[in-house]
Amino acid sequence: MSNYSSFAVEAHDLVKVFPRGNVRALDGVSLQVEQGTVLGLLGPNGAGKTTAVRILSTILRPDSGYASILGHDVAKEAETVRRIIGLAGQYAAVDENLTGRENIRMVGRLSHMSWKASRVRATELLENFGLTDAGDRVLKTYSGGMRRRLDLAAALVARPPVLFLDEPTTGLDPQSRQDLWGVIEGLVAGGTTVLLTTQYLEEADRLARNIIVVDHGRVIAEGTPATLKANLGTSVVAVTLSDNDAARRAARLVSSLSDHDPIVDHNTVELTVEDGPKVGAEVLRTLDAAQVAIAGLALREPSLDDVFLSLTGHKSEAETEAERSARMRKGAKHRGIEPEADGRDAA
Amino acid sequence: MTAIAVPTITTPAPSGHRLRWTLADITTVTWRNLLAYTRIPEALFFSTLQPIMFVLLFRYVFGGAIPIPGGVPYVDYMMPGIFVQTVMFGAVSTSVGLAEDLQKGLIERFRALPMARSAVLAGRTSADLVRNVFVVIIMTGVAYAVGFRIGDGGPAYILGALILLAFAYSMSWGFAAIGLAAPNSETAQVMAFPILMPLTFASTAFVPIQSMPGWLQGFVRHQPVSVVVDGARSLMVGGFYHSSSSVWYALLWIAGLLLALVPIGIWRYRKIK
Repeated sequence: MSNYSSFAVEAHDLVKVFPRGNVRALDGVSLQVEQGTVLGLLGPNGAGKTTAVRILSTILRPDSGYASILGHDVAKEAETVRRIIGLAGQYAAVDENLTGRENIRMVGRLSHMSWKASRVRATELLENFGLTDAGDRVLKTYSGGMRRRLDLAAALVARPPVLFLDEPTTGLDPQSRQDLWGVIEGLVAGGTTVLLTTQYLEEADRLARNIIVVDHGRVIAEGTPATLKANLGTSVVAVTLSDNDAARRAARLVSSLSDHDPIVDHNTVELTVEDGPKVGAEVLRTLDAAQVAIAGLALREPSLDDVFLSLTGHKSEAETEAERSARMRKGAKHRGIEPEADGRDAA
Repeated sequence: MTAIAVPTITTPAPSGHRLRWTLADITTVTWRNLLAYTRIPEALFFSTLQPIMFVLLFRYVFGGAIPIPGGVPYVDYMMPGIFVQTVMFGAVSTSVGLAEDLQKGLIERFRALPMARSAVLAGRTSADLVRNVFVVIIMTGVAYAVGFRIGDGGPAYILGALILLAFAYSMSWGFAAIGLAAPNSETAQVMAFPILMPLTFASTAFVPIQSMPGWLQGFVRHQPVSVVVDGARSLMVGGFYHSSSSVWYALLWIAGLLLALVPIGIWRYRKIK
C-alpha cells in the first residue's frame, strides 16, 4: 500500500462537471469509510450519488479532487484499485444471454482467476445466494430479485475487500429487499467495507454506521443515523385531520409550538419537537380551542425520512428534472425495471 | 446464508503476465459473445437465411439480366460479391451488440474489472471473425448447390476466402466504433446503414463496372468493397478475372482499414462516459 490510511475509502473535494447541460454532478464532495463498516450515501435522484460511485470505482475521472481505496489512488493506480473493489450497479449489469453460472465465471476470468477457481467460486456463490437451481438458466428467465442477487454475487467473485453498491434494492419487493440486506450484513460481519447509495432511508438506517446526505452534488449532512435524527429533535407529533384544508389551518395554529416548520402532507400535519407528550397535549388544546376536529394523533421517533425532508426540502422519492432527462437520454431499456411483487423468486 | 466472503487483501499484481492476461481476457470476451449468439437461435437462423435468400435472388432473379464480361457464368461472378455483402451486413450486429452492452451497463461492469481495456473490442471482433468463418463455409455449400464452381483450385479459393475474412475483421472495428457512438442499439442499426448500403451496392460485387456511368466508376473502382471483391474474385474465380495486382490492392486496403479503424474503435471505447 502506497500511503497508509485507516479508511478503506477516502475522497477529498471531488468535482465533476458534465459538459452536456453544464451539470455540476459533484461540487466538492469529501467522504471517508472506515474499514469493515457501511457508509450510506443518501440523496434524491440526480444528487450525484452514482457519479461519486463511478469515480471511486475508476469508471469516471474526477475533474479535480482526490480519492483512494485502501490507500491506492483511483486515478493513478486504477488497475490496482480494480483488483480490490467489487461493483454492483443500479441497473443490474449482467449478461442476459448467459446463465447465472456463466456470468459469474466470466467475471471470475476477467478478474484473472483460473478457470477452475472461477468454476468453484460460481458454484459457491450460487449456493450462497439461493440461486443453485436457477444457476444454469439464462438470465432472461430471472425475476428482478434474482437478477439483483446475481449482480451482487458477480461483484463478489474475487472476494473484494471494498464493495460499492449503487442502489442495490431499487425496484425490489420488500421480501427481496430484506433478503439482500441480510446478505450485505453478512458481508460486513466478514470484514467487507461497503459504500452503499440508496434513496431508501430505512435501508441506510438499518445497514449504515455512517450516513452522508448529498443534494445537488454537495454534502449537506453527515453523521450516524442516530445523530442525524437527534439533530432534528427527539420526537414527531403527527396530527390527522378531516381534510386538507383543515390540515393547512391546523398547521398555522400549531406552528408556534416548535422551532421547526410544521410539515403538511395531504390531511396530516407533522411537528418535530423536543418534548413529544407535552407538545402533543398543547396541540390538542390549541386545536380544540379553535374548534378544529382531530381525526387522529400520534407520537413517534423521527425517521431518516424526516431528516431528509428537513435537509433537502423535498421528499426522498422526489425525482429531479435533471435526473429525469438524463434517464430519458439513456434510453427506454433502463426504465424497464419494475418492482417485483409476484414472488417469482420462489421458483 | 453461510459466510460469503472473507476479504483477502490485494491479489498480487500480474506484472510479467500482462500479455498472457490480455489474451486470456480477449478469449473470455470472445467466448461470452459466441455463447450469446447460440442463445438466440432465431437470430442465428435468420441471419443465415438472409444470405441464402440473396444467393437465390441474384442467381435466379437478377442474374439473368446482368451481362458480364469474360464468359464465366454469373453465379461464379457474383459469389465473392455475395460473401462480402453477407459479412458487411453481418457487421451491423457488431454495432448493435456493443450499443446494447453499453446501454445495459455491462461495459460499465467491464470497466470496473482489472481486465485489459482492449479486450472488450478485441473479443467482440474476434467473435465476429469466428462467426464469419462459419458463414463462408455455409455459403460455399449453398453456392455449390446453385451451380457455383471453384475456378482456380482449392488453395486459391481458400486464399480468396481469407481475404474476405480479413476485410470483414477490419470492418468489424469500424462498426464497433459506430456501436459505441450510438445512443442506443436501435439507432446503432440505422447509423450503420448509410455506410453499408453505398459501399456494398455501388461496387463491383454484383454488376460489372462497365455498366455504370463514368462519374461513378472512379469511386466504384477504388472503394474498398470493390477492391476486396476484385481481389477475392481473382483468386476464387480466376481465369478472365485473374489479376495479381488486384489481390495486392485488396491487401493494401485491408491493412489501411485496420490501421485506421482499430485506433478509432479504441478511441471511441476510451471516450465512453
